Amino acid sequence: MRKFAHWFVHRFAHRSVHQIVAGVIGMVLPVMVSAASETVKINDPAAGWDKLWHNVIVDITIIGVLFALVTAWFIWTSRRRPGNEVGASVKLSPAGAVGWVVIPVFVFLSIDLYTAANGWVLWNHYRDVPVNRMEIKLESGMYSWDYTYPNGVRTQNELIVPAGTPIVLRMTSRDTLHSHYIPDFRVKEDSMPGRVTYLWFNPTKPGEHIVACAEYCGVSHGYMAGRVIVKAPDEYAAWMKGEETKLAATTETVPAAKSVKTNKPTTAAKKT
Amino acid sequence: MNLKEWIFTTDHKRVGVLYLIGSMAAFAVAGIMAMLMRIELSTIGPTITANPTQYNVWLYTHGAVMILGFQIPALTGFFANYCIPLMIGAKDVAFPRVNALSVWLFYVGVILALLTFFVPDPPDIMWTGYPPYSTITTGNTALYTFTVLILGFASIIGGVNFLTTVAYMRAPGVTLNKLNIFVWCTLGAFVLQLVFVPVLGTAVTLISMDKYLGTHFFDPANGGDVLTYQNLFWFYSHPAVYVIFLPFIGVVYEVIAAHGKNMVFNYKMVVYGGVGGIVALSGVVWVHHLYVSGMADWLRIGQMITTLMISIPVGLMMIGLIGTLYRSSIAFTTPMLYALGVVFLFLIGGLTGIPLALPALTIGVSDTYYVVGHFHYVMAVAGTFAIFAGVYHWFPKVTGKMYSEFWGKLGFWITFVGVNIVFWIMMDIGVKGMPRRYYDYPHFPQFEAAHQWMTVGAAILGVGFFIAVLNWIMGAKNGKPAGDNPWGSPSLEWSTVSPPPHGNWPTPPSVAEDWHPYGFRKD
Repeated sequence: MRKFAHWFVHRFAHRSVHQIVAGVIGMVLPVMVSAASETVKINDPAAGWDKLWHNVIVDITIIGVLFALVTAWFIWTSRRRPGNEVGASVKLSPAGAVGWVVIPVFVFLSIDLYTAANGWVLWNHYRDVPVNRMEIKLESGMYSWDYTYPNGVRTQNELIVPAGTPIVLRMTSRDTLHSHYIPDFRVKEDSMPGRVTYLWFNPTKPGEHIVACAEYCGVSHGYMAGRVIVKAPDEYAAWMKGEETKLAATTETVPAAKSVKTNKPTTAAKKT
Repeated sequence: MNLKEWIFTTDHKRVGVLYLIGSMAAFAVAGIMAMLMRIELSTIGPTITANPTQYNVWLYTHGAVMILGFQIPALTGFFANYCIPLMIGAKDVAFPRVNALSVWLFYVGVILALLTFFVPDPPDIMWTGYPPYSTITTGNTALYTFTVLILGFASIIGGVNFLTTVAYMRAPGVTLNKLNIFVWCTLGAFVLQLVFVPVLGTAVTLISMDKYLGTHFFDPANGGDVLTYQNLFWFYSHPAVYVIFLPFIGVVYEVIAAHGKNMVFNYKMVVYGGVGGIVALSGVVWVHHLYVSGMADWLRIGQMITTLMISIPVGLMMIGLIGTLYRSSIAFTTPMLYALGVVFLFLIGGLTGIPLALPALTIGVSDTYYVVGHFHYVMAVAGTFAIFAGVYHWFPKVTGKMYSEFWGKLGFWITFVGVNIVFWIMMDIGVKGMPRRYYDYPHFPQFEAAHQWMTVGAAILGVGFFIAVLNWIMGAKNGKPAGDNPWGSPSLEWSTVSPPPHGNWPTPPSVAEDWHPYGFRKD
């Protein structure tokens, strides 16, 4: 231990103060940042979607404007006029020809991988379902969205959920393809017979959101709409209580669920 | 010039012209469908039809005919037939009778597609024909299956023919590194057709078997799987995008080099990096059409990376185009305007595809008007502009006459304005949530004004295309003689008389040691 202290002093004694401060900040800052990000954990894909969408649109706009300006400049300076009757293209040397492949490839590849990395992170948010979720079954059909709550309560075309609880839909279809699209939550996923797909979203504030069908399903595809109604938790509880009473009053038996091939049902059960 | 001579022709040029006439007819029909849909969508609620199925049939016809009846036949039928033998200095294609069979099959396919308007229950299954809907609808799925099979077969035998022709029938001195970029691009497209069309043929055959013969390939109740069809379909139909993209960018290269009188920039980069790269990657990106279809997560992520990597060969081809413009000598003729239009509009179309490469962003905009706007910029706008650029460019060769530059340019500018109104607005409301394939949108009333603007834009672009086609017809009838080589191009197709006789050259062409299709400058 003494030996280590000796070494430490010897090692750093002659460093100037600002070097040490910079070193400490360099070591501590990432820790602080990661600690901060832990407390405000972004697990709402909708917010992440807006952010990444914005970033990608800004990126492609910059690239596009750059290419367009260069092209416009070349077109303007290369217009045919006296003294410029025939093109005078640059003859590339072999090294130049290879360079014009290798350098753009690396530039494009780095943009691609950077975009892919960001896209992958957001994708993980989309597939990482929070543990405190509520799971609701959805059966789509021509032309309705039929929701079944964990306690057996059923609704049609109206998905009523409490604010503050992440909602997972386990989806299947009784006839053809449909796609449960909630534009406000930036999420959709097809439902189909024979497989169970899922999506989740995080309703934070009370309000109403449109649900549209986004996969062509026939004559009334354009009319196959529903609503997500987000209620304050106490209002939701009151509504649910009423529904449960109604459910108990009816002697309707729930038909046994058909066994269906699942599409990786365990993924969603993963802890966030 | 009698009809019988045309029908039974084995001359590659006449076969090409037949392809052009057929595909332009298909373009007109599919364009009218688009116009009807735009009018229908201009107000919420019924506008010109109260029957959503009628709208769905228009939409099916628009998609299927534009892709299978117009773009692929115009590019790999007309341009490939007309230009490839001339560009490589051949008298004809390797198998002229097979070529004639191919155009007959194409006409049968187009007629089948047009039967949509006469059968009692026309197909309403979109050009994708996804089951289970395509197997449970009352619409005529068989018509779709046979249209696809016949057009696909026409394309395959064309592919065999052209690969053989380029391999064996080049004039002495036309080496592989002296082929026109268009020839390389079209070869790439035909390789893709040969590899992938059989998969599409299988897919569409299986849905008809499911529907009419009682098989259960896509019926989960009996052990089938609906996702299989989507995989098979897009395993072909994504490469089909490159079957369209490659020849059209090849046409743009020809036009920009000829009207800019310039050597193509970094030829080998364009051929090996661009064409080669696209052919190599095209078969491993189809899952980006299935990002919200319930595919396994690892496939979505894996193909996100391959999809993004498509930007590399496509980017190299764009660099080649822009590099060809550098220090060129640009004459702003009508074909050049269309070709320059492609450069800018393809930039928009290509770059707006980057968000769609990410499954995480696609989950928000998949199946919305954003996607529709994006692929219309890529295919409908860039692709069609390239076809128009090419037809104008080779018009003097095909007819021996000149079109009117005034009407040509007027048509271009009108169309240019129109497409941007339609497809820019389309992408915008798509991001805001407008789903595609809707007959009506009572739940999205906020988009009604945008729909009306798009209808106006569609009318404008329709006028522009109409002027262009009229310009060709008038030019072919009454145009001034154009001379053999109006653009002053060293490319071989301009070395024969216009229009070229049967056999193309009175004596077989031979090229000098220092000849190059883009050797405009002799020094």
